[in-house]
Amino acid sequence: MTMTTAQIWTIIVGLGLGSYLLRLSFLGIIGNRDLPEWVLRHLRYTAVAVMPGMITPMILFPQATGGTLDGVRLAAAVATIAISFWTKNATLTIFGGAAVLFALHFTLG
Amino acid sequence: MALSREFWQGFRDATPFILVIIPFGAVFGVVATEAGLNLAQVMGFSVLVIAGAAQFVAVQMMVENAPVLIVLAAALAVNLRMAMYSASLAPHLGKISWWKRGAVSYFMVDQAYAAAILKYENTPDMRPAQKMAYYFGVVTPICPLWYLATWGGAVLGTAIPAGLPIDFAVPITFLALIVPMLRSAAHVVAALVSIIGVLVFAFLPFNLGLLVAAALAMMAGAEVERRMRARDAS
Repeated sequence: MTMTTAQIWTIIVGLGLGSYLLRLSFLGIIGNRDLPEWVLRHLRYTAVAVMPGMITPMILFPQATGGTLDGVRLAAAVATIAISFWTKNATLTIFGGAAVLFALHFTLG
Repeated sequence: MALSREFWQGFRDATPFILVIIPFGAVFGVVATEAGLNLAQVMGFSVLVIAGAAQFVAVQMMVENAPVLIVLAAALAVNLRMAMYSASLAPHLGKISWWKRGAVSYFMVDQAYAAAILKYENTPDMRPAQKMAYYFGVVTPICPLWYLATWGGAVLGTAIPAGLPIDFAVPITFLALIVPMLRSAAHVVAALVSIIGVLVFAFLPFNLGLLVAAALAMMAGAEVERRMRARDAS
């Protein structure tokens, strides 16, 4: 990296400030005003609209394997979904998924 | 002021996230230090930006000596989803005082948003103050450990064994959050559109494919809900 100290801090502070304004945006502007029903109806699906798309490339094309499909990771993802359906418990799911991941990593990987 | 039941509930619900926060903060500390940042700059990232994915993107592009404005644009694009979280939380937390909303905004990380929105939808009778207490309960074990793990990674360096699949702690954590959210056909449709959309729009730069996919998925979920209601009413 050939960046100057000023450039590095410009990025850190700019990114921090910009990220904060994105986070504050609607929460700050809307405040206690009521939103129309059609807007609320869309917002109800924010989490299931963002998060599956965010992790799909991580599951199918992990950067750690150079972007190629990895059997261990894929199997761990399937196991995690199954554990979540069965147990309906986030803690058990996360520890169970991690246990399957590491078990497969050390036996197959 | 005693901390409420909701606070401790959030705190408990967030403890499994420690499993992902510690390795990720540590890896960021290692990667950013190896990229040539000093300790203050590494910590500046984790404290001021407090968003893992965007921090990794920024450092990666800094290593490639991309222009400052391009680095900022790319990393901020990764964080555009936070505006969606902000809108989604507004109906729940919009009624608390402005400075508390300011604090909620600073701590708005993926895990905090996901855990909070799942709780709010499952417990519709919570008051805004209880919702806020739950939110701060969730961020209490997450955010300080993010700083601490970053610091550990930066100072201890490559003591983390290479080759371990710790990158996969992130999808595992999110799967544990997403599956319980699939409560209706509308939620399932939204999730499927999100997955297909992100693959179809993968060619877009700066992670913008995710935003397009998310917008389409929200519309799909809302439309399925509208049709199901219309059918139930008729």
